[in-house]
Amino acid sequence: MSTVAQKAPATRAADDRVAGVAEPVDVAHAVPQRHPLQWVATVVVAVLAAQLIHMLVTNPNFEWDVVLRYFNTESIGRGLWTTLKLTVIAMAVGIVLGVLLAVCRLSTNWLLRSLAALYIWFFRGVPALVQLIFWFNLSALMPRVSIGIPFGPEFTHWETNALITPLLAAILGLGLNEGAYMAEIVRGGLMSVDQGQTEAAQALGMSRTRTLFRVVLPQAMRFIVPPTGSQVINMLKATSLVSVIALSDLLYTVQSIYNRTFQTIPLLLVACVWYLVITSILYVGQSFIERHYARGSNRNAPTRYRDVLKIRRKPAVARVEVPS
Amino acid sequence: MTAADQPLMSARGVRKHFGPLEVLKGVDLDVHPGEVVVILGPSGSGKSTFLRCVNHLERIDGGSVTVDGELVGYEQRGGRIHRLPERRIARTRRQIGMVFQHFNLFPHLTVLGNIIEAPVGVLREPRAKVTERARVLLDKVGLADKADSFPRQLSGGQQQRVAIARALAMRPKLMLFDEPTSALDPELVGEVLATMRDLAADGLTMIVVTHEISFAREVADRVVFMDGGTIVESGTPAEVLDRPTNPRTRAFLSRFLPAGQPAA
Repeated sequence: MSTVAQKAPATRAADDRVAGVAEPVDVAHAVPQRHPLQWVATVVVAVLAAQLIHMLVTNPNFEWDVVLRYFNTESIGRGLWTTLKLTVIAMAVGIVLGVLLAVCRLSTNWLLRSLAALYIWFFRGVPALVQLIFWFNLSALMPRVSIGIPFGPEFTHWETNALITPLLAAILGLGLNEGAYMAEIVRGGLMSVDQGQTEAAQALGMSRTRTLFRVVLPQAMRFIVPPTGSQVINMLKATSLVSVIALSDLLYTVQSIYNRTFQTIPLLLVACVWYLVITSILYVGQSFIERHYARGSNRNAPTRYRDVLKIRRKPAVARVEVPS
Repeated sequence: MTAADQPLMSARGVRKHFGPLEVLKGVDLDVHPGEVVVILGPSGSGKSTFLRCVNHLERIDGGSVTVDGELVGYEQRGGRIHRLPERRIARTRRQIGMVFQHFNLFPHLTVLGNIIEAPVGVLREPRAKVTERARVLLDKVGLADKADSFPRQLSGGQQQRVAIARALAMRPKLMLFDEPTSALDPELVGEVLATMRDLAADGLTMIVVTHEISFAREVADRVVFMDGGTIVESGTPAEVLDRPTNPRTRAFLSRFLPAGQPAA
């Protein structure tokens, strides 16, 4: 290669002078672009990071020993469990409700469409905190709940106070609120799927329900999962609102400890580290779900985790199968 | 009327408008079993819309479409016409296959998954049986080795052949082709047309909207020329393509003929 490259210019230089090209250009051995400012910035960031770590370690006010002492205690564990339980259940309620509401909003039936719009308008518009307190105090509004003929005799009834436990009030308050937000996320996802997909499914004689669950929703998931991941993390932190209805979640537990011991900063750190740990786990989980729904979305869609890493490291080399 | 001379698809005075725009102004067309009818016409003539009315992807505003003796999308009951619920329309569509200009394969399913989805999920046929049939169909369209590929890993021509196999897997009585080669690179058109030629030779009833004049000449039993929302000329390929009587047909065809070559 190199001998050819050296010989060619001498013989062909005269002919090519007009065009200004002496030899065939091969960019494979091009010099990489230099980014000197990037190096300066890296050094600056490194110094700042070192300062931050130094401060975290040497500043006695963080009281890391207290953080460590409380990190694994049983009461923190109970609070954490309540937080996780509430997040999972309220999100599940929210997602199921969200799909139903989104389908209603895109329905051809005007009654379903307006009811869904009304629901979303109300539950997005009223603060979640108010909704929580409302469900918790439902008995003040309706002391008893009964089943019967409207405006006629009732068959059976319950005391509202016995029916609505703090946990149920929390699930209703957070879940119904979440349903409104999820509805808009799911609707956005459904609308992003090409109309031709629905037509192809219809032409094959599929019912509307089957078209939705087998064709449209699986493709919409690619657009639904990332914002839903954010919603889960929001929910994780929104569960701390339930302290107003006397449910001891992670943050409430921490608060009740430092109200007693006055070790505010280290105990808040305990909660923060736990929140970050869960968020990290959720992040990994989300990337797995995203990869599942990316199946077939492009020519080199990776199907295994190892392949994802490979492609990220060497983006320039992508294997393209040439169709015969 | 005996079964033999009863048309498989019969359109009578089909009208359709999108807002103020009248796209179909009364289309009459009969297609008999085993017949291949090619619909030609300039863009905006309503030929694709008409095809979409046959399987009720578009609701018609007037007239009627009958497939295999059954009204499409409607039902005559107690001397009145009732619109059918979506569920019943879906049942009618199962016997009408459709191939789209942009393939519309399901990108999240493999080639095999695309083909068996409807027979398994809609017709409730056993998966093993459908898979076997799907492999035969894939072999027929020349893609036996692509069963586990995803649609985006295939060329346009391959995708369209999978789309044809997907429609055939439902064992339709009638196949509709909506400009099946218009989205393809020129060198990929041939493979799709070859597949369609095979289907015609097998005796499948086909209505084909296309711009491929040579395909019409070679394969069609009848060529129909549409313009301005009506059928302006209809007949054998020789009649319509070589001796068109309508001036609009003549003007349209003249653009497709290579310069210097006589119309015959």
